Amino acid sequence: MGVRWSPPAGVMFVGLVASSLAPLAAPLGLPPVPIPADNPQTPAKIALGEALFNDPRFSADGQVSCATCHDPAKAFTDNLPVSKGFRDMTGTRNAPTVINSAYLRTLFWDGREPDLEGQSKQPPVNPVEGGLADHQTILRIMRNDPAYVKAIREVFQVEPAAVTLKHFAQAVASFQRTLVAGDSPFDRYFYGGDKTAMSQSAIRGLAVFTGQGRCVSCHVIEQTQALFTDNRFHNIGVGFKHIRGKEEEIAARFLAAKKSGADVDVTVLTDPDASELGRFAVTENLTQVGSFKTPTLRNIDLTAPYMHDGSLQTLEDVVEFYDHGGRLDLDDPLSGFLSGGIRPLGLSDEQEADLIAFLKSLTSPNVAGTPSSALASQ
Amino acid sequence: MRMNRRQFLKAGGALLAAGALPVSVVEASFGRARPENFTFAYISDSHITHLKGSEFVRNWDRGLIRAISECNLLTPRPDFILYGGDLAQLGMPEEIDHALDLMGGLRGKVHYVMGEHDYYLDLGDHWRKRLGPDHYSFDHKGVHFVVLNSILTYDPWTHGPWDTPMARMKAMARLDNPKGSPFMVGAAQRQWLRQDLDRVNRRTPVVVVSHSPLQRIFKGWNFWTEDAEEIQALLKRFKKATVLYGHVHQIQYNQIGNISFHAVMATAWPWPYPSSYAQAESHLPKLTIEMNRADPFFERDATGWQLINLHTGKVDMHYLLPENRNRSVVFDHRLKRPIDQRYRSGADRIPPQIHF
Repeated sequence: MGVRWSPPAGVMFVGLVASSLAPLAAPLGLPPVPIPADNPQTPAKIALGEALFNDPRFSADGQVSCATCHDPAKAFTDNLPVSKGFRDMTGTRNAPTVINSAYLRTLFWDGREPDLEGQSKQPPVNPVEGGLADHQTILRIMRNDPAYVKAIREVFQVEPAAVTLKHFAQAVASFQRTLVAGDSPFDRYFYGGDKTAMSQSAIRGLAVFTGQGRCVSCHVIEQTQALFTDNRFHNIGVGFKHIRGKEEEIAARFLAAKKSGADVDVTVLTDPDASELGRFAVTENLTQVGSFKTPTLRNIDLTAPYMHDGSLQTLEDVVEFYDHGGRLDLDDPLSGFLSGGIRPLGLSDEQEADLIAFLKSLTSPNVAGTPSSALASQ
Repeated sequence: MRMNRRQFLKAGGALLAAGALPVSVVEASFGRARPENFTFAYISDSHITHLKGSEFVRNWDRGLIRAISECNLLTPRPDFILYGGDLAQLGMPEEIDHALDLMGGLRGKVHYVMGEHDYYLDLGDHWRKRLGPDHYSFDHKGVHFVVLNSILTYDPWTHGPWDTPMARMKAMARLDNPKGSPFMVGAAQRQWLRQDLDRVNRRTPVVVVSHSPLQRIFKGWNFWTEDAEEIQALLKRFKKATVLYGHVHQIQYNQIGNISFHAVMATAWPWPYPSSYAQAESHLPKLTIEMNRADPFFERDATGWQLINLHTGKVDMHYLLPENRNRSVVFDHRLKRPIDQRYRSGADRIPPQIHF
């Protein structure tokens, strides 16, 4: 039946507890994993969720599972600029890592879903991802596959006929909440008191990160933990080049389509122009045009390429993009909607190198993946 | 705290109501058999500052550019745009010209108001050369609009003795200046206003636009117009009168008798702001009283612009505030005064400012 039941290689499994209210223990540098009261973790549910996560039958061509774009061997990304769905269809956005997504307050680059339970329902039926016409295929498989029937009876105490999409979403979310990784060299240096855990260059890079680089204002480090995201949305200038001069037309066309019933998930992944509207597509708030969610930086060395559209190949490019105040090439136009936090930084070459050394110190042990430098030279 | 999906959608809906384009105006009529709804946008206080050559302060440029970019996305288009004064920082032709170059990117007809930062270098010569008269009125869909130059002052102060025109400009730009002088509309414009309003029916909604508040709030920073009460008296007979002003760089609203007052945000910087903002070279004027602001990291925090509905002949202000929650202050016809839609109830009120 092609369903893998083995734990994914290389990701830390945190301890499971029986109580639905008690948060899970967390690795160094991370807070306890928040678990919703209506979806407690159980080993059987997690195992079911993992099977669902890896099941390619939930797609129009039977080839695409969650793990296709969130590949355990690639730090739960696909190392592609934008993801490939069924029949190699491409969307508009870069697959973010699932690792540590348990901490996010909104899901997707534009935050259009509030939680993991809401998130997993969309890709299987998106026309450039799973490509299913509706969720019936998922339900049919879950109701008929003997392994699923047995597991669902155990986990949810429901018979096949009563299986709903909620069971799919809850099990997948439970699995995702186990994909938590901290304990990086930075964590051991900063929270563990091991002053040798980071190189001198990375230590200087941390000072750039929290000082002149101004990175920490959005990629948050706190006294006892570091999620490296503020869970907010910012326009940092990425993607603006492609829509310059067309913003008004694109926004008006999108709003008209949305008003007449167009699905946001489908529109932003199939229309490259509408995709650049970012958070605005969800909230219709003019101050959020082109703003996207701050991603975590944990394991960033393994998750190239970067930004919501995967337009930056290397960490060097990322750092230069910020140093230039929201553009890679100094001849590129600046977005009129640019966040007030984005401005030229005036970093020296050494500071940039130190900053990159720091970013490379955010890789957790036992997360499988390919370093960005190796990907860039391929 | 995690929200479940339903709570999230509910909260999202509330945000949407306050944050989305307030374009679905209520079908209500005013001005007797003239049921016309309209909106206009209001941008103000950009303080474009010349450094040297073709260099201008980046932060202030970006603030104006951002407001223009956002305003251009409004669907449907606002009927017109008001610019509330202080295009420039020190009244220099380079500053006014550069600001108007940027304003050239804004779609739609713009009505301009004179600010003191546009005026006290050359007493408004370059501004008037580019933009025309500094006080005028116009009618739009049954509403009478009046634009005043409220930043004049006593003639002896204006005309001397100054070493240079720039010395006068800088004296007026300074806060808490013991040798400063209060703003005023002045007798000549008041006479013009009296005659202008004489022609207007008392049931016609009137909107008066000025740079300084036509109410006396705080003299040290010229949140003040010396002859405010005389202007208010001229507005007394109107059923629906509203005053809109810039200069104060913050949300203010008030009701005096029949007149509603609303301030607009600056695109440049918020008053007040803390010294914590001055991490690097600062182009902010010196301030003697400091207060906290939400997020010093984001240069645009506590700045913004506004979209205004006039569907009932009274003003509903919708503040668009980057990096912050948008806010709406609308006229409550039962209470007969403007009400902040988010912060009116005790539990939701913004805590009072405390020094840190």
